[in-house]
Amino acid sequence: MALLEVNGLGKRFGGLAAVNDVTFSVAGGEILSIIGPNGAGKSTLFKLISSFLRPSAGRVIFEGRDITAQAPHRVARLGIVRTFQETTIFREMTALDNVVVAHHLRARASLGGFYFATRRARRDEAKFRKSAREILGSLGLGEVAGQRARSLPHGHLRALGIAIAMATAPKILLLDEPFAGMNPEETDACVAMVRGIRRRGVTVLLVEHDMRAVMRISDRIVVLNFGRKIAEGRPAEVRENPAVIEAYLGRPDDELGA
Amino acid sequence: MYAAVRNAATVRWYIAGAALAVYLIVIPAVFHASPYILTILTTASALAFISAGVWLTFHIGRINIGQGAFALIGGYAGALAVVDLGLPFWFAVPLGGIAALAVGVVIGLPILRLRGVYFAMVTLSLSETARLAALSFSGLTGGAKGVVNIPLPGGLSLFGFTLLGDFADINKHLAFYYLGALLLVAGFAAMFRIVHSRLGWLFRSLQQNEDLAASVGVNVAQLRLVAFAISCFLGGAGGAFIASMQQSIYPASFQVQDSIYFMLYCFLGGLGYVFGPLVGTFVLFLSFEFLAGLNEYQPLIYAVIMIALMLGLPNGLLSLRLPRFATWRAWFGLRAEKDDGAA
Repeated sequence: MALLEVNGLGKRFGGLAAVNDVTFSVAGGEILSIIGPNGAGKSTLFKLISSFLRPSAGRVIFEGRDITAQAPHRVARLGIVRTFQETTIFREMTALDNVVVAHHLRARASLGGFYFATRRARRDEAKFRKSAREILGSLGLGEVAGQRARSLPHGHLRALGIAIAMATAPKILLLDEPFAGMNPEETDACVAMVRGIRRRGVTVLLVEHDMRAVMRISDRIVVLNFGRKIAEGRPAEVRENPAVIEAYLGRPDDELGA
Repeated sequence: MYAAVRNAATVRWYIAGAALAVYLIVIPAVFHASPYILTILTTASALAFISAGVWLTFHIGRINIGQGAFALIGGYAGALAVVDLGLPFWFAVPLGGIAALAVGVVIGLPILRLRGVYFAMVTLSLSETARLAALSFSGLTGGAKGVVNIPLPGGLSLFGFTLLGDFADINKHLAFYYLGALLLVAGFAAMFRIVHSRLGWLFRSLQQNEDLAASVGVNVAQLRLVAFAISCFLGGAGGAFIASMQQSIYPASFQVQDSIYFMLYCFLGGLGYVFGPLVGTFVLFLSFEFLAGLNEYQPLIYAVIMIALMLGLPNGLLSLRLPRFATWRAWFGLRAEKDDGAA
């Protein structure tokens, strides 16, 4: 059974159909990429799946449950967690505290319990701190755990964004342009990082511009153009697809990326 | 480096302990026969308690200029509970807090979706709305005449053992001073715990990025409401206390100007420090009380302080640090090794 099913999903902004009748499914354990030229509706689709936007039509089914238009924190609670395009972090906290806070979903104690520092709450805090250090270490951030997040370099911030998402123990991780603005070495490191995430049993859905990285990393690719799905398949198939070549790959400008 | 950090922390605790000793022991001992000074200090305690609420709304990233409204609601609720319902004083303060909290939750549900200047504007208008409401619903509030002659607290006894005599028979100014101190210490202890528990971290996560907080499963709407409800409770309880102390409450007891002052106290003390509103309130409120001749220039001076703060000391008074020992030595010509990167 598919882990996540997107069924006839659509979103209109006034007269513009940003996403139009998109259907695909994600199997557990795979890395699926959504690609498409600028303005194809990738980011909108992303926000619809993570419930940061309400769809105008269609359904999102996760583990057989209809989760369409639930509040974002509920969707996160179910195990669908997104990262952000920009380097979105808690700027004034240390890297470690960023990840500790993000463990919120795993708390067993209530907020009142944390206020009165019950035994369960203290156990939670100790567990979170340990787990946060592990996550930071696994993403190559062990050295900078104590630094204030806003002073970290760009590459570290991207990794920290992923570390924050990983702290929730997601079932499916939605990465919004994880390779944007990276040089080839950074991209290599990031590809390895995403593969590492999958090895931990997390399904990965990513939206990306960087074609070379997408071709390397994806099990399957969904191609959008003008809000519609125009192709779906393994990287080799998508590469050969005439509709895709016409819409996207045929234009060398796009391939150079941002 | 760690030794230096520990020393600085220790010094801070010593200063806090000394201030607490002065506040609880020295001042009552010296001024027990000066009603004027005791009343001013008691008022400052209650105002600091109210400002703590404003500070908490800042802590979730909202500018709150509506605390006067909740102080007014609490003041009326407490006063009416004593005058109309005949409840003893001891219920006035908690009831004032609960009334303000209830109103705050109802109002907070819709308005907490707003951010930045929009939230600030709505809360500002709340202050004025509360004043006008108190004027208009004269059947309940007595209109412009307000609620006056609120009885003084009666005695408090437990199992036949008198804890506190009837306020008419004892030094009521001193008794109120201690009640205000109790309010202040309990309020700030609770705030300190909030800020240092997971609740505080979650509040800060909202302040720094609500979308990111939601993406990791934080119920943003609920937590915003929790913070605002606590803020309103502090406003209402403090308002009820001040009304009881002054034995009266009018529509003009808390107005827009007061809401702005509460915010300014927080700015002055420092938004990054839980004791910021306490320091800010005492410094500003007391300096104006004791410089009574300046009263007509008060708004002007407040404005200048506000601008100067934003330019020169954006993190408030508590961000000031004593010069380090090395700096002292340098001043006195006993040069230690040069601090790199300090220039």
